[in-house]
Amino acid sequence: MSEMFDITRWRPAPFLPEADARDGALVFVVAVLSFLACMTALGVIAADRAARGWADQLVGEATIIVRPKGAESPDSAAARAAETLAGVPGVIEASAMERERAYELIAPWMGDVADLEDLPVPRLVTVRLDRRKPPAVALLDAALRAQGLDATVDDHSVWIKDIKRSAGLARWIGAGVFLLIAGAAAAVIAFATRAGLAARRDVVEVLHLSGAEHVLIAKLFQARFARIAATAGLFGAVAAASLGAVLRLAGGGRGLTPVLPIAWFDLLALLPCPLLAACVAALAARFTASSIIGELE
Amino acid sequence: MSRNPDDDTAEHAADAAVRFDDVSMRYGRGPEILKDLTFALAPGSFHFVTGASGAGKSSLLKLIYLAAKPSKGLIHLFSQDISRVAVKDQPFVRRRIGVVFQEFRLLEHLNAFDNASLPLRIAGQKPEEYRADVAELLTWVGLKNRMHAMPATLAGGEKQRLAIARAVVGRPDILLADEPTGNVDHEMAMRIFRLFVELNRLGTTILIATHDQDLVARSGRPVLHLAQGRLSLIAPTEATT
Repeated sequence: MSEMFDITRWRPAPFLPEADARDGALVFVVAVLSFLACMTALGVIAADRAARGWADQLVGEATIIVRPKGAESPDSAAARAAETLAGVPGVIEASAMERERAYELIAPWMGDVADLEDLPVPRLVTVRLDRRKPPAVALLDAALRAQGLDATVDDHSVWIKDIKRSAGLARWIGAGVFLLIAGAAAAVIAFATRAGLAARRDVVEVLHLSGAEHVLIAKLFQARFARIAATAGLFGAVAAASLGAVLRLAGGGRGLTPVLPIAWFDLLALLPCPLLAACVAALAARFTASSIIGELE
Repeated sequence: MSRNPDDDTAEHAADAAVRFDDVSMRYGRGPEILKDLTFALAPGSFHFVTGASGAGKSSLLKLIYLAAKPSKGLIHLFSQDISRVAVKDQPFVRRRIGVVFQEFRLLEHLNAFDNASLPLRIAGQKPEEYRADVAELLTWVGLKNRMHAMPATLAGGEKQRLAIARAVVGRPDILLADEPTGNVDHEMAMRIFRLFVELNRLGTTILIATHDQDLVARSGRPVLHLAQGRLSLIAPTEATT
């Protein structure tokens, strides 16, 4: 009754209906896509950290293969090499690998040989380098040659290059997967916008014929789908953060995820997910709505 | 229809509210619904459009409220060639035209008050500027006790009055009405007609498509009659209302 309708308290209702039966399905799909995007982001971050860790480790070390010459025993040659290298600037520590450890290293290739003493097994010297000023390979080589040692210096540069290349590749693949997921989300939103406009064609036409500018109508759909996507993005990010937390609690860099070590602060990278999802949805909805409304002219 | 020297609107063709020059219209590749229409409605004029069902009355109105495009000819609204009006400017032309649709086209998720105030909201007015006017108008069309009602709960006549309220609330320069009295009783029909007359007195150009010959006869207004896609002018008779 009119007595119940107080115009002084009246506030305009939204131009579009608040809810749509299809919103639930859309939230689910966008939430799943957001979850996958978040897990991809976490994977890329962890892979990057792992690659940097491995590279750092390799940069701080070098391995010297020492082959005994003449009557000198392998152990003696290795000890001399370690002593020589310890005096080179930039070397923090050099130590000859124990004979048993050297045998263990070649055992997978040589098999269970009863007496390795008769074989010319080279000795290894591990060298810890100053990471800030590691000496050049040539310097180490020259020092060894000056002492009459037959040795090969491996500063792991080949491995470091491989690791860096792999890390770069992982980043690009991650970015590609992330973009694919964002594209899929945009396509889903565009499809939903088209369906939403078709379902609300009556509303759109009345607004249009009543003099609403295209941008006003497009903004209605833009705001609506941005809200839905932000909610879905939040669900996806929370799910991904929960899984990330479980992986971290289950061992972090040493337990379940030694290859992809997840840190707690990595989870902060998921915070922009709802905003990104909303932006993708807003753009897709705006573009689709503008194109459809343009067809009314 | 050729320009009729007896038609007062033709004298004002240059600054007409609506002017058709040799306009034809067809849907898709179908036959021409409207053929070579040439007429002008002077600002502040009041006309009826009559014709049998399918004669093209609604199509004629659609051309005027920019919901359809002619297949031939030129249409001028407010002395502007509408084919030259940029798409971004068309909403501003539409805001000067109030339309009562035959099928009402009320928004089902909005109550009567929201529906009636729609054109004012779209035009960017603030609620405090128009809510008293909207309430007064709804009271005037007999919906005082139905302002909160959703369209689904309104009777046919109530929906029609609400659609009329929405069309006139912005005091448009042109009011187009497609069978505005089709679902109301005679008393309400005359009341609605008086509302149109009042708007007309305030300067609004009125064009009403109707089958209601009694209303037309009583009004004493000129009639644009459509038959087989062509338009002819029937001179006004003496008003009896």
